Amino acid sequence: MNGKERIARRIAREIKDGFYVNLGIGLPTMIAAYVPAGINVVFQSENGMLGVGPPPMGESADPDLLNAGKQPVTELAGCSFFGSEQSFAMIRGGHMDMSVLGAMQVDEQGDLANWTIPGKMVKGMGGAMDLVAGARRVVVAMEHQTKDGTPKILKMCTLPLTGKQVVHDIVTELCWIRVTEEGLVLTEVAEGFDVAAVQARTEAKLIVSPDLKPML
Amino acid sequence: MDKVVSSADAAVADIGSGAMVMLGGFGLCGIPENLIAALVRRGISGLHTISNNMGVDGFGMGLMLEAGMIASHIGSYVGENRRLETLVLRGELNLTLVPQGTLAERIRAGGAGIPAFYTPTGLGTIVAEGKETRTIGDRNYVLEEALHADVALIKAWRGDRHGNLVYRKTARNFNPVMATAADLTIVEVEELVEPGVLDPDHIVTPGIYVDRVVVGAAYVKPIESKFIQARGTA
Repeated sequence: MNGKERIARRIAREIKDGFYVNLGIGLPTMIAAYVPAGINVVFQSENGMLGVGPPPMGESADPDLLNAGKQPVTELAGCSFFGSEQSFAMIRGGHMDMSVLGAMQVDEQGDLANWTIPGKMVKGMGGAMDLVAGARRVVVAMEHQTKDGTPKILKMCTLPLTGKQVVHDIVTELCWIRVTEEGLVLTEVAEGFDVAAVQARTEAKLIVSPDLKPML
Repeated sequence: MDKVVSSADAAVADIGSGAMVMLGGFGLCGIPENLIAALVRRGISGLHTISNNMGVDGFGMGLMLEAGMIASHIGSYVGENRRLETLVLRGELNLTLVPQGTLAERIRAGGAGIPAFYTPTGLGTIVAEGKETRTIGDRNYVLEEALHADVALIKAWRGDRHGNLVYRKTARNFNPVMATAADLTIVEVEELVEPGVLDPDHIVTPGIYVDRVVVGAAYVKPIESKFIQARGTA
């Protein structure tokens, strides 16, 4: 199991029965495959679908049936389709139990930066700003550091923000961190790492939870 | 009450250079392929476009970009279009990025006679810079203004001569809301039916919003990110 799979599997166990969840493009999309048996969750795709099913097998892809990552998906029983204004009314209106997004930077205030690098990248924020402003719980799923080893969990984000004080939890291949008013609380550490190893890869100061657990 | 026009070219024949044009679709899903092709054939320029994305190099709105028709664009995500990225970084095209939900709601407001609204989206980010903010209850909000266009180019699945429309799966996306927010709404449908065929309870866009209907043909519907499950997961 690689780091991304470990992150996806751990977050999947945080999904409760009856949840409506939006999974961001990339790593967060992997979470759907790890939802434990017996947990009924409805995945939303912000292009206008509730009840998103797994990718189609073989060549049965329907170009009118895609997720927000523009990948073919399938319909689960009880799914529904709707327009963009309705999709974001349910997001902005606080109807999503959880939103999981990737990040370029996140900081100890719970600020998130995940959409642009000035002068280098012109892509756009898509639905990310609405998701972080509206979901009841915002979980960041990302690799702990950049590919060249630069920390991504910072005292203060330096890239343009997606949202201010919006992140509730940060999950990486190393640990689970909860964002609190006191700061970032380390609650779980993955096998093969300890608190010092996680702190060494993190710019922000971590508060170690008295209930620190292994991240399974 | 017959809004059917003979061809996509006839349907867009009076769109002039400099017009503000909304185009439905999410990525390449649910885009008005025939109307875009007709617009490119018209050879106009200086268009101000509003669309969630901007096609890809070689398809969808990417064709309009390659034809040099677009002066400015409002959208939420343009990451799949390298030509656009180059033009923007060089300062040759004026791009305004808007959060997707704010974009949808600004269009909804534009069609519903609401001049502006407060939203929590984008607060504390560059999106809110220069905009009025206000505290309502215990939360702060940003004032966002409605969007309205000269023309909306819409793709539906089935439609009748009155302009009543039904969409198919996730090809609905921005199409119904954009249909409400332009002076002139032109729709291409995959299938034209006679009034009375569509179940009135299932109509998503009532014909009052639609000015012209054209039957589309030769749909390509490319899948932007082909992702076929080759092996079992988990």
